[in-house]
Amino acid sequence: MSDNAESPTETQKDEPSTQQAVTEDTGTTDEKKKIDVLLKAVGDTPIMKTKKWAVERGRTVQSLAQFISRFLKLEPSEQLFIYVNQSFAPSPDQEVGVLFECFGSDGKLVLHYCKSQAWG
Amino acid sequence: MADDKDVLRDVWFGRIPTCFTLHQDEITEREAEPFYLLLPRVSYLTLVTDKVKKHFLKVMKPEDVEEMWFEYEGTPLKWHYPIGVLFDLHASNTALPWSVTVHFKNFPERDLLHCPSNSVIEAHFMSSIKEADALKHKGQVINDMQKKDHKQLWMGLQNDKFDQFWAMNRKLMEYPMEEGGFRYIPFRIYQTTSDRPFIQKLFRSVSSEGQPHTLGDLLKEMFPAAICQDDEPKRYQVLIHGIEPMLETPIQWLSEHLSHPDNFLHVSIIPSPSD
Repeated sequence: MSDNAESPTETQKDEPSTQQAVTEDTGTTDEKKKIDVLLKAVGDTPIMKTKKWAVERGRTVQSLAQFISRFLKLEPSEQLFIYVNQSFAPSPDQEVGVLFECFGSDGKLVLHYCKSQAWG
Repeated sequence: MADDKDVLRDVWFGRIPTCFTLHQDEITEREAEPFYLLLPRVSYLTLVTDKVKKHFLKVMKPEDVEEMWFEYEGTPLKWHYPIGVLFDLHASNTALPWSVTVHFKNFPERDLLHCPSNSVIEAHFMSSIKEADALKHKGQVINDMQKKDHKQLWMGLQNDKFDQFWAMNRKLMEYPMEEGGFRYIPFRIYQTTSDRPFIQKLFRSVSSEGQPHTLGDLLKEMFPAAICQDDEPKRYQVLIHGIEPMLETPIQWLSEHLSHPDNFLHVSIIPSPSD
């Protein structure tokens, strides 16, 4: 599985509020290739100050989990679980774009993340 | 006339005769004989190969053994896809038994997920069922079940108990009569010719005019090249459990009868054999 998570150094969007891009290549700025993902912490897992991210459709769940782990500076030994609909953990090689198409609403995909298994 | 229920049984008991051979680079103390096994199409490689592992470990030193993984003609086999999907996608139209190569080192991190124990398979399986039910019933059926009901689905698969599994799974196959089918059909379309893992989108069981959607309708929307015009040669085979269902088959019927135990309809699209 590809390991291409990296720290979010991209510029923030014009509103003071919310959104940053999770990306590695500086060349492509095609927004249609990206989807809005809202990341929510569960239980005692640390929250991310920036909750809304633009994520490339082809990015895998595993790569997104690695990005969050690094952002939160988790120990390598700590696991990170990602959930859709607060019910199921998508397969690590699943593309975020697929989840967005099937389970997104109001133009964004809500994902919950947790350091321990939160749902079944 | 055969009952539709017989189809469930036939799907469940589908087997692929397989010959496991140890990869030539593995270090052994004496020659490793090949190992033959009938693999259940609806199960997972790492769930049904304890005997294969035991067989090869007999001729290997413990220090030469890391996590076991499988490969077919250079392609690492993803344990988290059902066995039947792996066969249809990579090896249909080849001679049986299916010849699978076994490795105990150089785990291909980029291609495969680790599978340290059966509980990892169970978690993957249950997540797939929940994802499917989110599409079919907004997750209401699976969420109304108790922990022991979930366990019954898993134990049914793990122990190859058709009746145990279906006693519970039939609840996941119900839908309100007036709606004519599931809210959305949980399906995944695999191709060998793409680097994308699979196609999965929202697809209704019934059209907005109330007509049942067919397999042909699904393909027209997701992979139009799979449907050939009358005057051109067939370019692709569309396989579910090793057969090519008629394109007129209602997708709801396929979802109820030809889905894998994970409740997804897995469709493999492969190039037609040239001869």
